[in-house]
Amino acid sequence: MSDKKIVIDDISKNFGALPVVGGVSFDVGDGEFVAIVGPSGCGKSTLLNIIAGFERPDRGAIRIDGVERIGPSRNGIMISQQGSVFPWLTVQENLMFGLTGASHRDQVELAGRYIAMVGLAGFEAAYPHELSGGMLKRVELARAFVVKPEILYMDEPFSALDALMSLRMQTELRRILDEERHTVLLITHDVEEAIYLADRILVLSPRPTVIQTTFHVDMPHPRKLSDPKAQALREAILKDLGL
Amino acid sequence: MLVIGLLIAVWWLIVARSDSPIFPTPLQVVTGAWHLAEDGTLWEHIQASLLRVAIGFGLACLVAIPLGLWMGWVSGAYYTLNPLFQMLRPISPIAWIPVAILWFGVGNTSPIFLIFISSVFPMIVQTTMGVRTIDRRYLRAAANFGVSRQVLFRRVVFPAVLPEIIIGMRIGIGVAWLVVVAAEMIALNSGLGYLIMDSRNAGNRYDLVIASMIIIGVIGLLLDGATRLLERMNSVKWRYVR
Repeated sequence: MSDKKIVIDDISKNFGALPVVGGVSFDVGDGEFVAIVGPSGCGKSTLLNIIAGFERPDRGAIRIDGVERIGPSRNGIMISQQGSVFPWLTVQENLMFGLTGASHRDQVELAGRYIAMVGLAGFEAAYPHELSGGMLKRVELARAFVVKPEILYMDEPFSALDALMSLRMQTELRRILDEERHTVLLITHDVEEAIYLADRILVLSPRPTVIQTTFHVDMPHPRKLSDPKAQALREAILKDLGL
Repeated sequence: MLVIGLLIAVWWLIVARSDSPIFPTPLQVVTGAWHLAEDGTLWEHIQASLLRVAIGFGLACLVAIPLGLWMGWVSGAYYTLNPLFQMLRPISPIAWIPVAILWFGVGNTSPIFLIFISSVFPMIVQTTMGVRTIDRRYLRAAANFGVSRQVLFRRVVFPAVLPEIIIGMRIGIGVAWLVVVAAEMIALNSGLGYLIMDSRNAGNRYDLVIASMIIIGVIGLLLDGATRLLERMNSVKWRYVR
């Protein structure tokens, strides 16, 4: 965690007269997993969209590996709540969508490997509308991982799933992250999800949002939420959120 | 099926009761149509009508789909051309008939032009709206993976709009079929529309008039069914399953 992968330098953004993000600065180390929690409607998603390059900040700058970021890049893939798996492409075609350069055979092979990694072997030729919500999420994860991005931006990725599937996906994500090193920025309203996954948790204030408190999660993986340390952390975060 | 059977029974009963000298019974319609089918003229008329629709509708597709994609994608094109097309669209194809005769005379070109003009606007509008309502998250995902413009169009924009294009084609082919019959009534010597007018003029052969109407209906149904088959394609099903 020596070098800084992402530097967020005093970002602010207004929507018309409404200030949404009000001066947010933090760094994310290489390979670090940072979770951002905050009250709903506080501008979490806007913040992540700015960092990922989909929106421009009014003030401030984002630097990735020391280079100022303008616009999205395949170096950092966004995974959002609604999902963006292309419904007109098969699972395999979705994974191959972002692959360029390699020969068709290599692409098929690479896609196959990642489809298997998320446990969807046998569904290569299936169309998204034939899959369940959890399976779709796996496709989206696989499609992101297959282009080997250094950064993953996740905007409440599992909140549209039922509680059980959401837990299962968290475990799955953790397992994949142990295999492949990625820098992850996760937006969530689920404090337990943040504790289970992240190295560091940032609590945002209500609009215009700023970083209110930072919590470090010093627990080895795989974590147990029943651990007294995790419980204490959960209490502290919830209290910080005003609950 | 039951409804159709009932309708035919009522029709028969009414004609039999009223002793109408002109309006035919279902049996007369069937025998009339049978004679035409036997001597081959019925097929020639059907073929003539279908050919005109194929050419007019085909041309309309060739124009409407690229134009609609362009208008949907480029805002400038949308704001300049959309008001024009919205104004032209509600004009009944029948209103174009005098214009068509003036421009193209009473040959084969006039009905083809009318079919073109009547089916091109709904398809343009549908395609344009399709492009403009592509879910932003898909465009974002494409931007995220940094694909080229060509890939963006081929793999995202076009497939995303394809279901709307197919809906446009269904509307277009329906209107085209409606119009060809009307256009053929003007003057020509082939086609189902001509058959209707000719049967009436040549000695009030209302059995053939009714037979033609039924055939037109059945072919319209088949054309719609054919475009419906397009909706079964795997890559567009997502839009129709709910």
